[in-house]
Amino acid sequence: MEHSPPPFFKHGPAPLARLLLCSLLSIALLISDAHYRYLGGARQVIAFALYPLQRLADAPGALATHLSEFLVTRGTLRSENARLTDQHMHDAVTLQKYRALELENAQLRGLLGMRERYPSGITAAEIVYSERDPFIRKVVIDKGTRQQIRAGQPVIDQAGVIGQVTRVYPWLAEVTLITDKQHMISVQNLRNGLRAVLAGHGADGQLELKFIPLNADFQSGDQLATSGIDGVYPPGLPVAVVAGIERNPAELFARIICKPLAGVANHAQVLVLSWENTAPPLPQEEHPAATKKTGKGK
Amino acid sequence: MKPRHAAPSREVIAPVSTAFIVASLLIALLVNLLPWPQSIVTFVPDFVSLTVLYWCIHQPRRFGFTTAWLLGLLMDVANGTLFGQHALAYAVLAYAGIVLHRRVLRFTMRDQVLHVIPLLLMTDLIVLAVRMAVGAELPGIGYFAGSFIGGLLWPAACFLLTLPQRLRPRSEYV
Repeated sequence: MEHSPPPFFKHGPAPLARLLLCSLLSIALLISDAHYRYLGGARQVIAFALYPLQRLADAPGALATHLSEFLVTRGTLRSENARLTDQHMHDAVTLQKYRALELENAQLRGLLGMRERYPSGITAAEIVYSERDPFIRKVVIDKGTRQQIRAGQPVIDQAGVIGQVTRVYPWLAEVTLITDKQHMISVQNLRNGLRAVLAGHGADGQLELKFIPLNADFQSGDQLATSGIDGVYPPGLPVAVVAGIERNPAELFARIICKPLAGVANHAQVLVLSWENTAPPLPQEEHPAATKKTGKGK
Repeated sequence: MKPRHAAPSREVIAPVSTAFIVASLLIALLVNLLPWPQSIVTFVPDFVSLTVLYWCIHQPRRFGFTTAWLLGLLMDVANGTLFGQHALAYAVLAYAGIVLHRRVLRFTMRDQVLHVIPLLLMTDLIVLAVRMAVGAELPGIGYFAGSFIGGLLWPAACFLLTLPQRLRPRSEYV
């Protein structure tokens, strides 16, 4: 049965040649994307074409949510109402205290001549889907450049930090979660003010404090909040709690595993903070000895 | 040693329409984009690569590298991964499918599955190689589970994707 197609049919180049062409093109794309980041525009165009499909894929889940919201019993609504009223009373008291504190804080800051720390606005967004690549922890939310979302904005939920916006499309934005392996966040121990770098672990619900000496004062149960010195996250947002510490004398650093406070993997609604980093720019390296030592500074 | 041949199909099936190929690819892409729960996402096979392989094996003249490559670009953007890694993987998959299409089709369905699983594994390995080259760590063995499940879905994919071709001539006779 082996037969080759008659030569008078048009074929174009042989399969192997085409494979080589495609592979070369792919590799060229890979290299230009990995090293030069030229392809933002192409990505935007393809993302634009994909947008209807993405929304369509999200539709069944959204429909199910709407249905289950529609089909709640009166009892559930009443108990929830009671709970919310209760919560509201609690919050009202806290809020009054907070207002007083805010006022006092503003006065004190004015006295000290310091800048305001939170001139922030909040955009609510919904997670459209989480990416299926097991290597990365990213989600896609339904707000983009059209809603003034910019890359670098922090994303939180009611309990703490979820991640930051890393790529923006017209109607969608990609959020890198704090559990992503590439993601680092500068934190501070609320118990004693120790600063540290918290890195994602690549696995769900696990973070790791990096480069902490063996004898550093970290305990299980310590709360970690953003320190604000990375210029990405505003200071004081709760991030994680220390879950386990392993001090192995054979290693240079302690292994400190933390659990995120926010529901990083299980949320549909998130908040995007628009936060202007008002810190002054980093000082130039001016020390003549220092510049001489490092050679020609950039 | 002779391969066990599939019993020659007695059915005369109609030629496939281009619209159906496009529709099947769109649906596969849609299924890939579904918001799968984070706990099972590693076990979910890549439906696009399965569909690409199906069309390369069954319609090697109609379906080729260019489409596979473009689909790979779409997957890269949807996944937010480096541009070109799925494109490369799908192009190699399309090549394997087109080169092997005569061989694979002579086997029974069970033996076709044994051909399909390594091809899907190879696709995963290419993506993995690119990721590792950029500095990702080795994922767990669960990463490859999707390929095996995808291979096991091959008979179902064949059934679904030949359905309109089988339905059409019959309705003409009646």
